[in-house]
Amino acid sequence: MPAVSKGDGMRGLAVFISDIRNCKSKEAEIKRINKELANIRSKFKGDKALDGYSKKKYVCKLLFIFLLGHDIDFGHMEAVNLLSSNKYTEKQIGYLFISVLVNSNSELIRLINNAIKNDLSSRNPTFMCLALHCIANVGSREMAEAFAGEIPRILVAGDTMDSVKQSAALCLLRLYKTSPDLVLMGEWTSRVVHLLNDQHMGVVTAAISLITCLSQKNPDEFKTCVSLAVSRLSRIVSSASTDLQDYTYYFVPAPWLSCKLLRLLQCYPPPEDGAVKGRLVECLETILNKAQEPPKSKKVQHSNAKNAILFEAISLIIHYDSEPNLLVRACNQLGQFLQHRETNLRYLALESMCTLASSEFSHEAVKTHIETVINALKTERDVSVRQRAADLLYAMCDRSNAKQIVAEMLSYLETADYSIREEMVLKVAILAEKYAVDYSWYVDTILNLIRIAGDYVSEEVWYRVIQIVINRDDVQGYAAKTVFEALQAPACHENMVKVGGYILGEFGNLIAGDPRSSPLVQFNLLHSKFHLCSVPTRALLLSAYIKFINLFPETKSTIQEVLRSDSQIRNSDVELQQRAVEYLKLSSIASTDVLATVLEEMPPFPERESSILAKLKKKKGPGAVSVNELEEGKREGGELNGGGERGGDSSSTPSPSADLLGLRAGPPVTAAAPSAGSLLVDVFSEAVKQPSPTAFLRLFVCKNNGVLFENQLLQIGIKSEYRQNLGRMYLFYGNKTSVQFVTFTTTVTCPGELQSHILHIHTWNSLEPLIEGGAQVQQVINIECLTDFSDAPLLNIKFRYGGALQNLTLKLPVTINKFFQPTEMASHDFFQRWKQLSLPQQEAQKIFKANHAMDTEVLKAKLLGLGMALLENVDPNPENFVCAGVIQTKAQQVGSLLRLEPNAQAQMYRLTVRSSKDTVSKRLCELLAEQF
Amino acid sequence: MIKAILIFNNHGKPRLSKFYEHYTEDTEQQIIRETFHLVSKRDENICNFLEGGLLIGGSENKLIYRHYATLYFVFCVDSSESELGILDLIQVFVETLDKCFENVCELDLIFHMDKVHNILAEMVMGGMVLETNMSEIITQAEAHNKMEKSEVRAALLRSD
Repeated sequence: MPAVSKGDGMRGLAVFISDIRNCKSKEAEIKRINKELANIRSKFKGDKALDGYSKKKYVCKLLFIFLLGHDIDFGHMEAVNLLSSNKYTEKQIGYLFISVLVNSNSELIRLINNAIKNDLSSRNPTFMCLALHCIANVGSREMAEAFAGEIPRILVAGDTMDSVKQSAALCLLRLYKTSPDLVLMGEWTSRVVHLLNDQHMGVVTAAISLITCLSQKNPDEFKTCVSLAVSRLSRIVSSASTDLQDYTYYFVPAPWLSCKLLRLLQCYPPPEDGAVKGRLVECLETILNKAQEPPKSKKVQHSNAKNAILFEAISLIIHYDSEPNLLVRACNQLGQFLQHRETNLRYLALESMCTLASSEFSHEAVKTHIETVINALKTERDVSVRQRAADLLYAMCDRSNAKQIVAEMLSYLETADYSIREEMVLKVAILAEKYAVDYSWYVDTILNLIRIAGDYVSEEVWYRVIQIVINRDDVQGYAAKTVFEALQAPACHENMVKVGGYILGEFGNLIAGDPRSSPLVQFNLLHSKFHLCSVPTRALLLSAYIKFINLFPETKSTIQEVLRSDSQIRNSDVELQQRAVEYLKLSSIASTDVLATVLEEMPPFPERESSILAKLKKKKGPGAVSVNELEEGKREGGELNGGGERGGDSSSTPSPSADLLGLRAGPPVTAAAPSAGSLLVDVFSEAVKQPSPTAFLRLFVCKNNGVLFENQLLQIGIKSEYRQNLGRMYLFYGNKTSVQFVTFTTTVTCPGELQSHILHIHTWNSLEPLIEGGAQVQQVINIECLTDFSDAPLLNIKFRYGGALQNLTLKLPVTINKFFQPTEMASHDFFQRWKQLSLPQQEAQKIFKANHAMDTEVLKAKLLGLGMALLENVDPNPENFVCAGVIQTKAQQVGSLLRLEPNAQAQMYRLTVRSSKDTVSKRLCELLAEQF
Repeated sequence: MIKAILIFNNHGKPRLSKFYEHYTEDTEQQIIRETFHLVSKRDENICNFLEGGLLIGGSENKLIYRHYATLYFVFCVDSSESELGILDLIQVFVETLDKCFENVCELDLIFHMDKVHNILAEMVMGGMVLETNMSEIITQAEAHNKMEKSEVRAALLRSD
């Protein structure tokens, strides 16, 4: 018997729907709907009380109208009346209406809450389920406030029906997601974990979603779920296909639940208990083995279900990243799927392999599939699959296959879908830079990129090629020649003109010897593009022209002619006009010496993270660039540890040819940068010319030693000690290149207030103005704290490296907390003092999100590093931290108290600082809030 | 998590929409249109997964769909769901509808919207999967149907 017989239902509704379907035009439909809305409205407003049946009919009509995309702004009240009814039919349709047309009207919610309360206590499972569904669908704060306490009770109560348990689990999950602060952990939490053992598979199915979410937020509290999940999984995996009866789907036992169990395990590291781990590995092996068995059915549903489990198992193996044997098997399995006739499987295999490529155990194994992946990029009919292939090529790229992969990506770009071109361009640009062994290849690649997909080449990409050419003098001649040739094309992209203008303006002299690219030929070539370009490009070209006058005096008269022409000197664009006027004047007044100084070759750019990489990260989110991030993470780690060694060279991809760069003759930049991301600085982005001076300051609030700064040329290490209001700081300057730095000078300044009287700084020994290649020199700075302060002193470093002047300004990590004397006190004293400091301005408070894992030991270490005494057994809540200390300045002593309240559930902290001086509270709060 | 479940026909007419995250009515309609646009232009027999449209969260979310005769069944899910698992879930949903309506067709969804919603509610709740066992879902649907019938009969008797 069908569960729904087609005959019954409501005639009025059927007529209305037929009417709508018969409407010949949109206008007719709207007319019919408006008529109906008016009808329903009058019925609802009418004096005659409607019976349940009519109400139900009208509400159904409203739902249908809503589905067609028309606003419904009434009927909620009638729906509430329906759901308060005792009849299932009416109650059901009332709840449905509210679920579909959620309304945050609080008056209404209060009425609904009342009805829900009645249904929850009705002990009628159908009514209870309807009520739980409604809470889960609306999920508003008011509902959470009303029911967050009740639902856990229903969930774990012994006499709750299975179907109600299922609904209660998911209802609770929903409330936990929308209002985590209202769902309090308690006695029920341990019983929830045991639902994984429940007899009823439906209960397990619902409960596992809840447990997964709770484990992600409170991993420690739910740790016991690991062994339970493993044993449940093992029972399912080893069961015969008929054991689980209705939960067997096309001969696969409980595929959905298996997937969810494998997902849950991905919230945790591999099990520590040997027996549990053994059992799990056995499960994973069984799943991998089953993939090789002949299918039990030819139906696609069978293979789907089987493979769903297989892919989750592979994700878990990749997540653990510790079993080389399983990783290689996983990789081989995915390799098989890459050639499968099912598109879905090819798609998923490409996606999984992307994560596999970043594991050191399987990177090489992934690389063996390069031809298949390239083929996929070329031949897949489906753009979403091609995109996955492009992602995978990007992930598997390393020095050994970069040329091949970049070439393939470039040729794919010519026909690529518009939707993914920009991302492809960024990826090509990054790979080309990251794995460039031969910089003429890099230049070729980027120029090709501009030629093929000029519209999608963002500013960052062409800025970058110019930075690299300027920093590497071995490629400058080649770049000039190549760009000159590229500009010969009758139609070339404006970005090409920009690069051409810049490079020829700087290095046109390197190819001027050849009569085919003599100065005038170069100039005429550039100028032939001038009129086709936008204002910014024209401005750039004008700058190139004045550089030409400097490089090639013989072009002076021609160029002056151009600058003098009405179209330039009377240009309606102010910027262009100004440039034309100034350049013209400059070229006629200045002597050749002055001109040469003004237009001196650009100095090399200092190092910083590639803005291209930053852009790709922004575009794709973290997942897409995991490999690079990994490397970046390692690099940062190196700096934090203060290791003088270049820790960054441990990039995750083996690069046997890295030394090639070091072998090259000629100075500027030393061996390949640890990661591509750090090759050069991008002067064009907001922080001009140097890393933000405050960037490193944050790292030193809670510690005194480490690496203050590092780029390709220079490393600055720091060691400092403080006593009372005095401090001494040792600075170590290391020359990382093989060339000496000359006229090396450093100055420490205290800007603004700091200078006049707040902080007294005295540099102890003066430095030699020369640092040999590879050598390190030391400088000592004495510091005296006169009174409290908030800004930090500046350290300016100047030196010449290979003729180019380097200029760097950093903040010295001198912060007020360095002058703390820890003060031990008992609980009673602490709170007495805390109360004494009760003026509003004496307190500073911040509530902020945790940036790091909330590990108690780490927190303790940081607070100790701050310099205060960490007081145990003072705060009644053991989760909280309280500290006390006195800041010693020459003028006065400032007592300070601190309280840090972590909220692990919300991943938030509340930090309160009280001290006898308002500026101190404020500053301490600012400094500390960045630390956790 | 399942963000939304959409059913529309080959012309983009919505036949069921269920959102598990809150959007304004206007946005919901736009999401339906955008999703239809993304899915309908795809050839048959290619991949059943694609990145979600911008309105529903872009590449963070995936659209997983199946095309049956005149209807598209589209589930929009985040990265915590197994793609193939969801594909199976769509199949379970359709097979269940088929059993409940005896050869389900587009008209059944139109005329029995409330029942379709009820069946879906037995499977998915608040964006998470409640039950995957088809016979369990059908049993529940039948029980509800029986309750409804007895109430209708009682009403008829009363009005006699």
